[in-house]
Amino acid sequence: MLATLIIVFREVLEAALVVGIVLAATRGVPRRYRWIACGIGGGVLGAVLVAGFAGEIADAVEGMGQELFYAAILFAAVTMLGWHNIWMSRHGREMAANATRIGQEVLAGTRPLYALALVVGIAVLREGSEIVLFLYSIAASGGDAPGMLTGGALGLVAGVGAGAAIYFGLQIIPTRHLFTVTNWLILLLAAGMASQGAAFLVQAGIVPALGNRLWDTSFLLTENSLLGQVLHVLTGYTAQPEGIQLVFYLATLAIIGSLMRLLRRQHVAHA
Amino acid sequence: MARLALGAALFVLLIAGPVWADDAGIVIAIKDHQFVPSTVEIPAGTKVKITVRNQDQTTSEFESVDFHREKVVQPGGEITVFVGPLDRGSYEFFDDFHPATRGHLIAK
Repeated sequence: MLATLIIVFREVLEAALVVGIVLAATRGVPRRYRWIACGIGGGVLGAVLVAGFAGEIADAVEGMGQELFYAAILFAAVTMLGWHNIWMSRHGREMAANATRIGQEVLAGTRPLYALALVVGIAVLREGSEIVLFLYSIAASGGDAPGMLTGGALGLVAGVGAGAAIYFGLQIIPTRHLFTVTNWLILLLAAGMASQGAAFLVQAGIVPALGNRLWDTSFLLTENSLLGQVLHVLTGYTAQPEGIQLVFYLATLAIIGSLMRLLRRQHVAHA
Repeated sequence: MARLALGAALFVLLIAGPVWADDAGIVIAIKDHQFVPSTVEIPAGTKVKITVRNQDQTTSEFESVDFHREKVVQPGGEITVFVGPLDRGSYEFFDDFHPATRGHLIAK
């Protein structure tokens, strides 16, 4: 039971942190719950499908289907996170400057919530498919079903609790500063996902690793520890990164960051 | 009979010593939630092909934080990963779905 609890908790934690950040970043946006619920629902459905076709995915592309699939969904999420932040740079100031509440709501309503919903869906799909594979294989091999269900349920509750903790933590921030904080969090989230995607591309043999172990900080913080894992999701922390992971991480920060800056400056110039 | 065969296989593995990489690569089995062999020697500074065969009824995820690999292995299925070139040293791998199942690559 405990083993199931820990494994399910770890997988749920990653998705729940993403959902917590997205919820915080969409404060005051109409219809956000519907979008995010669609993202979670779609992610769960996708997780079951991916788990069901795991064998087919694995055998595709000369046995490199898993790597390419995970890299593809990670880079899709990076693109959506980037697009959201770039949009915010263009319109965030208008939103803050708009005196009327109705005007603010109209603008907020045009915010690309589909982008964040897709990110939520991808996070849930990715972690969820592992949970489905794991639990299904225990059930199919006649494992301890009641213990598995209890462990799974407790793991889910604990993981969702962690997501709730980051959401309510971010709720303390006043609205005028909130989007600055959430834009930073989303930028780091994107860079971290790009670095994970790069590792899958190395595994598929598409890009060179540029060094297997650029540095090793596992004596300070292992990736398997709770804090290590939270930082892994939030900032892309990797105890022993490959060179290419750092390249993708920094390139993502630079590309999204400079586009945000450019559009903000343009906007100020027009105003 | 099966037990005898397993015993014989284990004996051969034992006297054969560590498995070295060749063109066909290295084969690691997952059986009764153990990696067989659980310690694998590979040449340092060389890219090595590793095939992981899951002989259990449960799904496994062959994973290593040390050498950055992560791949689901279906029950009765097998996967291939290329590892390295690695510097000399010991690199741990594990089954992410059964974290007690662990093994090491020794790059020499």
